[in-house]
Amino acid sequence: MSPRLYRTLKISAEIAVPILLLVAWQLYTLARDDPKFPTPTTIAGEFQDLFLFSQFDTHVVPSLERIFVGFAIAVVIGVALGIPLGLSRIGRSAAMPHIEYWRAIPPPALLPISIILLHSIGNTQKISFIAFFCIFPVLLNTIDGVRAIEPTLIDTARSYRIPTHERIRRIVFPAALPQIFAGMRTSLALAVIVMVLSEYFSSTDGVGYVLLISKNTFEFKPMWAAILLIGILGYLLNALFLLVERHVLAWHRGWRAATPQ
Amino acid sequence: MLLEIKGLGKTYGTGPTATHAVGDVSFSVDEGEFVCVVGPSGCGKTTLLKCIGGLLRPSAGEVLLRGSPVTGPPERMALVFQEYSRSLMPWMSVRSNVLLPLRHKKLSKRERTSLVEDALGAVGLTRFMDRYPWQLSGGMQQRVAIARALAYQPSILLMDEPFASVDAQTRGDLEDLVLQVRDEFGITILFVTHDIDESVYLSDRVVVLTHSPTEVKELIPVELPKPRDQIATKAEPDFAQLRAHVYRLIKREQDVQGVVAPQAVEVAEAEAAVPPGGTAV
Repeated sequence: MSPRLYRTLKISAEIAVPILLLVAWQLYTLARDDPKFPTPTTIAGEFQDLFLFSQFDTHVVPSLERIFVGFAIAVVIGVALGIPLGLSRIGRSAAMPHIEYWRAIPPPALLPISIILLHSIGNTQKISFIAFFCIFPVLLNTIDGVRAIEPTLIDTARSYRIPTHERIRRIVFPAALPQIFAGMRTSLALAVIVMVLSEYFSSTDGVGYVLLISKNTFEFKPMWAAILLIGILGYLLNALFLLVERHVLAWHRGWRAATPQ
Repeated sequence: MLLEIKGLGKTYGTGPTATHAVGDVSFSVDEGEFVCVVGPSGCGKTTLLKCIGGLLRPSAGEVLLRGSPVTGPPERMALVFQEYSRSLMPWMSVRSNVLLPLRHKKLSKRERTSLVEDALGAVGLTRFMDRYPWQLSGGMQQRVAIARALAYQPSILLMDEPFASVDAQTRGDLEDLVLQVRDEFGITILFVTHDIDESVYLSDRVVVLTHSPTEVKELIPVELPKPRDQIATKAEPDFAQLRAHVYRLIKREQDVQGVVAPQAVEVAEAEAAVPPGGTAV
């Protein structure tokens, strides 16, 4: 097969498959004529009505805010705890059983208690709930990243008598950063899930709220529009994250490419 | 006497399974001297150098730098490792790597900058200051490591088989660079190598080690003409004679040692590389 033909086929496949799926979906839902399964065109229309842009502030902004703030808090706490734990074997022995216990609990199990403890279903409750679960991927990956630091780098730091705070800031943290980013990526995906869950369970606004209300009122069009929005949000957040990662970890890609491992 | 090593010993483990990486090593290094340490493979040369550099605590004996005992990495000592790719920080530029040890010293910004630039100039890397280490060749990376050690302004430079991971032609260039740097900066150098020719070419004195448990087999003064030259010096009859002498000593040690001991020392060194209590930072 010539390279040109291969390339044409490849691009055609990339474009054609989603289009074909959409067309098939449209035809199927038209034929079925069931209010529970609206056509893609209907969903797109509803999507525009709801989220672009009249209700953008009402629903999309609160949801995004909860994701961002919850995620940011989780990253700060995860790294702040992960670095000392990565450096101390005694610390790890003490902390790991507790970490493993709490991280194993699925988010739905802690929803009621989160609401009861904080006496609210508002932003603080949502954000702290999201942050709690998003800490674990960052924390565990930070610990792993710190433990895996090249011993020669540490020997170098010791032989040049570099003080501890400088070592952590300029050696330990950057060395662990690729692994930390891997943890952050998982946390971000988790943040979207936990956000939708906590809003769906009980809230007064947000994308999950749209899901909740449309379920209660048997309005299927907003439900599908919300599903579409959540998918788009997840996709865009991940793309944005990768963009940031590519910039921050440019040195890491270059180093891996140049150094035989 | 700048550096004195007295009865240095290092044992890993206890009882019948203990590995004696270093047995009983004693020698001294004078100010401005270039001393090479050679020994059969696996005789604990790296362990010895790490003990001298304060990275490992010896099981016996002591190391004195200007009369003061070495209990941790001393201030006026710098270490150049064999694996340059693992001792340079890949997230920092060449300039930042050389600057790193200077950040905690009491110097003005201008002094720091000039130290960094002078050191990089001395190793011929001025044009590459803003590149990343992994963008450079192996020989150039090792030069960055040397520049970093120079900028630190040590009285004594310890080098652990620094050119072992570099190709033979580059090795010759780096050997001459080290000699040049020694003349220019007036530092004392303790150089560990397994390359016998290199040890004779570079040094004022060669310390030949025995097999494990390591002791000093012989101290050989090298009185070859200076400045050393890769072609002229190696054509001297004295060079051939010294080289042959060292070679014979090492060969005899290797024959006695056999195959078992070096692997035991390497395993013990690798296991000891992760100190108990976690990654000590």
